[in-house]
Amino acid sequence: MIVQGLVFYLFAAIVVVSGVMVISARNPVHSVLFLILAFFNSAGLFVLMGAEFLAMILIIVYVGAVAVLFLFVVMMLDVNFVQLREGFLQYLPVGGLIGIILFVELLLVLGGAGVTVEGAPANALAAPMPAANVTNTEALGALLYTKYVYLFQAAGMVLLVAMIGAIVLTHRTRPGVRRQNISDQVGRRREDGVELKKIQPGQGA
Amino acid sequence: MDIGLTHYLSVAAILFSLGIFGIFVNRKNVIIILMSIELMLLAVNINLVAFSTALGDMVGQVFAMFVLTVAAAEAAIGLAILVVYYRNRGSIEVEDIHLMQG
Repeated sequence: MIVQGLVFYLFAAIVVVSGVMVISARNPVHSVLFLILAFFNSAGLFVLMGAEFLAMILIIVYVGAVAVLFLFVVMMLDVNFVQLREGFLQYLPVGGLIGIILFVELLLVLGGAGVTVEGAPANALAAPMPAANVTNTEALGALLYTKYVYLFQAAGMVLLVAMIGAIVLTHRTRPGVRRQNISDQVGRRREDGVELKKIQPGQGA
Repeated sequence: MDIGLTHYLSVAAILFSLGIFGIFVNRKNVIIILMSIELMLLAVNINLVAFSTALGDMVGQVFAMFVLTVAAAEAAIGLAILVVYYRNRGSIEVEDIHLMQG
């Protein structure tokens, strides 16, 4: 039990510190790297909560795809990031005020109203947690592919639309770039490339 | 040192407030704003999984997975828009973006 508490505080502290570093690092590349650290440690929190599959998905999707995408964009754009940081101190009071107000409100909801989970009425839509011999992945799959299969398909559609949208947005055809056009190559006929000239003797071409 | 629901909810609350704070502080840098949004969605996911564990209800984890899907799609589209915007204007300052209207 005490080990669980220590591990929780370790993960939580690293998540919070790296969250602070994400929004305050001077170099955006460092921000992305701290974002990756935050995601890794929240995956640890997920494992502590017993959601192993989501933890692994978080690492694969966020660290493997989203954070690398961020890193790629940060490095691709040749932007003067120092100039972008002007006004950091100017916005600090307003932002800090709003952040602190929101945080205090959330804490009031947590502590004042009291989140009473034990007395929560049983929900008719609730899917019970799996038994001890069923893994988290198996239970999630059994739920996802039966009861929520339409939502699952809709999620796939969202990803497809996002993929096509991103490609359409960023794709461009630059003029003056020579590239292979296979249909032109295949559709080439003899008449297009060969010309027969009748040359009279003694006159040259 | 019993770790319960309140602990996880506190971490999520701190992370969500940090996301809001980051959006307000880095008003000029769209990339950091997108990262702050990712932090906020992560806080939401932590909340969902914490309640899922506390209530003994797997549906919370299913929903967290859908939130993750939408977050990935949002990051991809947002960064694509950012790249196109940079290509057209040569900067990513938020203050210039209002010039896109009309």
